[in-house]
Amino acid sequence: MKRKLPYPVLAPGVDDFRDGGAVPARYWEAPERGEERLVPTHCSFCGVQCGMYLRVDAKGRVFGVEPRDHPINRGKLCPKGVVAYQQVNHPDRLLNPLVRDRRNAPLRGASWEEALDRVVREIRRIQEAHGPDAFATLGGASMTTEKAYLLGKFARVALRTRHTDYNGRLCMVSAAAANKLAFGIDRPGNPWADMFETEVILLAGANVGETFPVITQYFWGARDRGARLVVIDPRETPIARTADLHVRLRPGTDAAFFNGLLHVIVRERLTNEEFIREHTDGWETVRDTVAAYPPDRVGGICGIPAQQVIDAALLWGRAQRAMAFHARGIEHRIQGTENCLAVINLVLATGQIGRPGAGYGTITGQGNGQGGREHGQKSDQLPGGRDIENPDHREHIARVWGIDEQDLPRKGTSFVEMIGQMERGEIRGVIGFCNNPLVSLPDQARVSRAYDNLEFHAQVDFFLSETAARADVVLPSTSWAEDEGTHTNAEARVVKINKASEPPGEARTDWWILCETARRLGAGDKFGFASPGDIFEELRVASRGGTADYYGITYKRLEDTGGIFWPCPDLDHPGTPRLFEDLRSRYPDGRFRFHPVEWREPAEPPDEEFPLRLTTGRTVAHYLSGNQTRRLPGLVEQTPRPWVEVHPSLGFENGAAVRVVTRRGSVTYPALVTETIRADTVFVPYHWPGPAAANVLTIEALDPISKIPEYKVCACRVERGDRIDPISSPPVPPYMEPYGEEVEPLADRRPPTAPQGRGTSEG
Amino acid sequence: MMGRTMFIDPARCIGCQACVAACRECDSHRGKSMIHLDYTDEGHSVAAMPTVCMHCEDPVAPCAEVCPADAILVTADGVVQEAMKERCIGCGNCVHACPFGVPKLSIEEMLQYKCNLCYDRTSEGLAPMCATVCPTGSIWYGTLEELERERPGVRVTDVFAFGDLQVQTGVAMVLSPDYPGEAAPGGM
Repeated sequence: MKRKLPYPVLAPGVDDFRDGGAVPARYWEAPERGEERLVPTHCSFCGVQCGMYLRVDAKGRVFGVEPRDHPINRGKLCPKGVVAYQQVNHPDRLLNPLVRDRRNAPLRGASWEEALDRVVREIRRIQEAHGPDAFATLGGASMTTEKAYLLGKFARVALRTRHTDYNGRLCMVSAAAANKLAFGIDRPGNPWADMFETEVILLAGANVGETFPVITQYFWGARDRGARLVVIDPRETPIARTADLHVRLRPGTDAAFFNGLLHVIVRERLTNEEFIREHTDGWETVRDTVAAYPPDRVGGICGIPAQQVIDAALLWGRAQRAMAFHARGIEHRIQGTENCLAVINLVLATGQIGRPGAGYGTITGQGNGQGGREHGQKSDQLPGGRDIENPDHREHIARVWGIDEQDLPRKGTSFVEMIGQMERGEIRGVIGFCNNPLVSLPDQARVSRAYDNLEFHAQVDFFLSETAARADVVLPSTSWAEDEGTHTNAEARVVKINKASEPPGEARTDWWILCETARRLGAGDKFGFASPGDIFEELRVASRGGTADYYGITYKRLEDTGGIFWPCPDLDHPGTPRLFEDLRSRYPDGRFRFHPVEWREPAEPPDEEFPLRLTTGRTVAHYLSGNQTRRLPGLVEQTPRPWVEVHPSLGFENGAAVRVVTRRGSVTYPALVTETIRADTVFVPYHWPGPAAANVLTIEALDPISKIPEYKVCACRVERGDRIDPISSPPVPPYMEPYGEEVEPLADRRPPTAPQGRGTSEG
Repeated sequence: MMGRTMFIDPARCIGCQACVAACRECDSHRGKSMIHLDYTDEGHSVAAMPTVCMHCEDPVAPCAEVCPADAILVTADGVVQEAMKERCIGCGNCVHACPFGVPKLSIEEMLQYKCNLCYDRTSEGLAPMCATVCPTGSIWYGTLEELERERPGVRVTDVFAFGDLQVQTGVAMVLSPDYPGEAAPGGM
């Protein structure tokens, strides 16, 4: 049943997104050529989840991509999306299980029978000797929601371990924690189409031109309709280059900046007193806190002109409708949660919430970053966004799973904390799905010691990642094109991933691997799933009544609509594109919560020995730890290797060998000398493994609330180096000839032409 | 009269190379991109710009004019086609004649390659691959009226000035609001 809304919801040029997806599947059109079949699906990469068709030939092989006019992306794709299909028939694919006979023996091919026997034997041995919590699962948010749900259930029901967490811990947990504290629900508030109706967009720590290229169309659509864009980023990113106001603050000073904005808004009496009074709690403390952040002080902390604080505050404060978005730039901090809360304070103080063109949201990074964090692979969470320590929540899930509540493990520890437990021998066995910690975690030397210290390590992936290459058992899984399921994009829109081809060789789906392992562990009756659809049906029931309620969503509805926003509590509910339209939070009292935030120095502020700030991030041609994108030729050609971005005032010439030194280690990169970086800051992209890994340098310091590592700032110094560190080519299975380190273009030691890559005429 | 064509807006280009990747997907030159993507302000900003074939109209496409083998056909709808494989002698005249540096010469094959406005798509009413995928709309396909509806007040031109010489093109450029001239500046 559709509700009547008191205001127009159709933005110019936009279909009615309230239908939960606008274009029904039967209207999707694309050319069919000859014997070719087009399978509608979504991208394997980031949280935007662009629609695309995979082109499948008469033999059932995926051989290309065709743009799809889906309401999320309107046919648009980024360079990663265009070549995503090339993963499917890639020569590096894992075709059969691999095992290692001893720790230092090479990996060899094995049957599923032998590999799973070994996994189950080791799980039993370790758990019998050291208790159930000595074996852990580590998951990932590029898996479908079905797989993420099943992994959480596998850990709690089949392994009965409290140690399960996932790589979203490196990604979106700060925003998730802040959302829960302020709103009582972890979800962005508005669909991106709301941007078409806003007057001011504030974008903080989000290099959307490179990390979410396709949503730049929403920013430009907003600007074409008169909106002003304020970008807060230490670097001139592609979206910052043309912004109306680019605030190039020092890494690690965001909270001071947002408090400064609120200071000016209070001083200029631009707060929405009625909204604050009627709908929020805790304003007085926040108002008193920001009183200590006048523009002059903030300008000094952030290294920016004080006037920019005033200009940005007035733009935001005077707008009738304004929207704030942020991403990892402000979240990868020891006060990542507080940074998000500082933005939320600004949103609440001005009542910019729950209306078309007024709202707030984090831009979640991973393909299923939203869905992958809602249904229980996270250490403190149960399906439906439920809390594992809440007795009612435990009771509900125990009932759905058919177990005794007493047998449901308690809250575990976070990903990075588990690395410490592995180092100390508290966790002795790990099975990893869909993650690559030996590239992605900070302080790589320590992570490497932790994995070496394990008695048993199994890893599940479809390419041999750097982490899988060190495992005792490697289980080959499917790419996203070889299985069906759902992803939930960064707007909280649930979309359907469709199967386009059969898995290669003996590769099996992650959910089959989980069910089969559970069966061998004696929990087969709880894992009798024959298809992803079966798992989704259980997930619907498990999520029912929770904050992330998927009960009203079915595969059929997703296929008919192109996507539905959760919460969707029953089968005739249209989904919820925009939260808080009734101006009520999801706390029982319906009030929004302010939280006072004081700016704090990074864990490792610069000093005499290490005078510069190192910040890390992504480049447009690569994705996360690069296990997928470092194998795709066009992307490798665009950006073959990492570099260090330095300001001309540091005195290096472009292409020079520059050694970046921190207390954890040092790496020598080619210098990209550019004015787009601050003079007191250097930047290194993080997609490559050691010895050139950015995470050799980063600090393992965690946000006490979200436990996210501080990837975005640590102290470093730069000096002239002698030899640029080579990059390792991606590991391949034993039946393939290794690529070697000197193959073109990996042997190329030049920096890119620009942070986005090498120009096509550069050869 | 611009009709349905491509509009290039360098201000919106984020340098992501989605156009380059999409161009490689074309069934007629799979694996080869016809698009040039340059970072135009190296060391100073992250500015970037795509160059596709501009499909020159007046004077008649210089590449076609100088082709000694008459290999470059201009179709009735104004699309300057790539050199016909059976005629092209790989001499490179077109590469030198093009005011925008568009055609590429494959030395191994002794053949010219260039953008043909995705003739297989545009002749069926679909947008070219690069314009379909371009995330920002820096490469955009449609009519001027449609563009004006999406971007109120947009300034466009299909004339380039190379000193005193003017070249009229089939593909149009978006001019920045404060650019003083009426024609786009030729050359980089």
